[in-house]
Amino acid sequence: MFVRLVYESVRRQTRRKLLMATAVTLGAAVATAMIAIATDIGDKISHELRAYGANLVVTPADDSLDVQIGSVDLKPRGGAYLSEADLPKIKGIFWRNNITGFTPELSVNVKVGSADATLVGTYFAKTLKYGNQEFTTGARKTFPWWKVNGAWPADDSNQLLVGERLAAEGGTKSGGKIQINETAYPVAGIVSSGSSEDEEIIAPLSVAQKLAGQPGAVGKLFVSAVTKPEDAFARRNPDSLTPADRDRWYCSPYPQSIAFQLQEVIPNSHAEQIRQVAQNEGNVLSRIEGLMLLITLAALFTSGLAVSAAMATAMFERRQEIGLMKALGAGQFALSAIFITESVLLACVGGLVGFAGGALLARKLGQTIFGSAIAVEPVLLPLILAIAILVTFAGSATAIRRAVKYDPVHALKGEA
Amino acid sequence: MNTRRRSPGTPMFLRMLARAAFLRKRTALSALFAIIVAAAASTAMLNLFVDVQSKLRKEFRGFGANIVVEAKKGGSFAPDDLNRINSAVATHGVAVPFAYAVAHTTRGQAIVVAGTDLELARKLNPWWDVSSWPQGPAQALVGVRAAKIIAPDGGPFALTYQGRTIHLSSAGTVRTGAGEDSRLYLSLQDFQSWTGLQPSVVEIAAYGSVAEVTSLLSRLQHDLPGAGVNAVRQVTEGEASILGKTRSTLLWSALLIVCTAALCVLATLTGWIFDRRRDFAIMKAIGGSDWLIAAFVAGEAAVLACAGALLGFVAGTGIAAWIGRVNFHAPVAPRLDALPPVLIGCVLVTLIATLLPLRLLRHIQPAMILKGE
Repeated sequence: MFVRLVYESVRRQTRRKLLMATAVTLGAAVATAMIAIATDIGDKISHELRAYGANLVVTPADDSLDVQIGSVDLKPRGGAYLSEADLPKIKGIFWRNNITGFTPELSVNVKVGSADATLVGTYFAKTLKYGNQEFTTGARKTFPWWKVNGAWPADDSNQLLVGERLAAEGGTKSGGKIQINETAYPVAGIVSSGSSEDEEIIAPLSVAQKLAGQPGAVGKLFVSAVTKPEDAFARRNPDSLTPADRDRWYCSPYPQSIAFQLQEVIPNSHAEQIRQVAQNEGNVLSRIEGLMLLITLAALFTSGLAVSAAMATAMFERRQEIGLMKALGAGQFALSAIFITESVLLACVGGLVGFAGGALLARKLGQTIFGSAIAVEPVLLPLILAIAILVTFAGSATAIRRAVKYDPVHALKGEA
Repeated sequence: MNTRRRSPGTPMFLRMLARAAFLRKRTALSALFAIIVAAAASTAMLNLFVDVQSKLRKEFRGFGANIVVEAKKGGSFAPDDLNRINSAVATHGVAVPFAYAVAHTTRGQAIVVAGTDLELARKLNPWWDVSSWPQGPAQALVGVRAAKIIAPDGGPFALTYQGRTIHLSSAGTVRTGAGEDSRLYLSLQDFQSWTGLQPSVVEIAAYGSVAEVTSLLSRLQHDLPGAGVNAVRQVTEGEASILGKTRSTLLWSALLIVCTAALCVLATLTGWIFDRRRDFAIMKAIGGSDWLIAAFVAGEAAVLACAGALLGFVAGTGIAAWIGRVNFHAPVAPRLDALPPVLIGCVLVTLIATLLPLRLLRHIQPAMILKGE
């Protein structure tokens, strides 16, 4: 009888049920989409923040100083270098999937005609192998703000990029030649970056190594990694931590722990965060994450209230029905049970459909805004269902309680 | 004819409005509540949407200079040029002059020394990890790598530049992970009296939107024809991309929230109208025209919508201010210009939510409704 009552009630009053279900579905969809966006936005924004370029730098572990003003390097050559052969090992560290790219650099002082200039050897988009995994990395990835007028040189060629201002001074054109230390090199393009590269010559790493007479040498390595905002725990010295804490530190993508892991795989190196990028990234990231979290809370609250209000109205409309049941002898318990079962059923259906819709919505929004889908964790489903049931219950509970207490006579006469 | 029939009925019309709201205060209240929620959500999102841009821009200024002005190669700025830059930037940013020289330690090690306004540099580059800033004259801020070489014990040291020697003490170290680590920073006065060099680079953190930064850039290019005025593309492009993405995320979230709230208003009010079909049937049975009933419902809805929108506006402004305080540590200023769109939106949604179901009821005979069918 109980099952039949519930079944018939759902079957007969389709308009009303549809309205209630729509409210729950919409609420659940928005909640799902917003929670998905809020949990994923940190990841998405930190990938976007990679537009700021490398946030970690690896240098040889010696105590020599850079004597560099703008693009003019006055440091006497020699001293320690990193080895180019060690670079692919970066893809073997614990947080390898967070490394979005790295770019080696070797600068050499050269003569262009009779003037001094700095030539920087680097990767443009070099394909490297680690184990059987292939990946492409270089300046095009880590310095996305470099604009090249002309073509990017190939990494195995002897073509160069010439900085905008240097090119303007020497009248160099892309497609032309430039005289470096008595040899003419073809110019693939003119590079503009708004900083020191504008006065430099950018060459494939092998060309710089040949000019420097240092085969296999790398002066500096810029690493672009997706990191987590630094907190007090991140700043602790790993050597002073307990083994358990140390594992937690090591396995969190803090800039510090990724720097530490880079130092482990590259011999005789010193890795450090580039604070301008790393620190501000953390700030911006936590602000945007915080904002989305609060907005999501507001959204949950709003949709909760709205669904509750819709439920309350729908329940209140049914006081005549309740009155009739009471007049026929239904007890308060049986009555509440019927209506609560109905609400929970509705909440489950609405929650399920809403979850699916919300997941789809989050995917689409991720595609539109960030160009990559926002995945919805299946763990979210029970949470959304629980919220849907809770909200529906809260919305209908007062109305049911009031309706159950009515004198059936008044309810049936429509005076309530 | 309509006007004639309506004019004696006007007080009656108002009385009906008031009585209907009062007698059915529970349903009216829940409808009002739904409108308040919708209006509050829309107001909060509108406020945030407008304000978050400028709040985030402030965060982005933490990345330091977005414009760099360099003197002609090998040259430096005359005091006049610096004044011109300062007056162009004025209150729209921070302009910090830097002068550079290569000095030598007593052991002959070359080191880059920079002279700058340390107060301003601190404002420009909040990411510098500085152990303690110099307070008095002849104190230097030493990069962590430089410190290991020139003052490993933190004691006083001497530097020479073209035969002139300066005696300095180290106030603290600076760590940035970039070129600054190998340098030494002095106040501009100390630097100039020692080397006699003028600043050759001015780094500017310009506040404001892309258009404002671009206009400052072109003004500087116009005022300083010889110098190289460049936007730091690393900083400006990253900022533009992230602000754009955050903006669209916010916009979509706002749309979602406002749509849900609006649809729930629709659901609540539709239920409310259907619930009162008996009242309308009676009105019709005793001679009320469809037009009069519609006007009555629309009037009621408009009053509800206005009240809801006003209350919701206040609540929404409060929510936005709270979010601003919690997340950005600065309240979001209330925007009165958000009121008209919220008000109009609320009235529109309520009118649609009430008049649409009413149209459906119109086709039903009063007798059938009164019989409860």
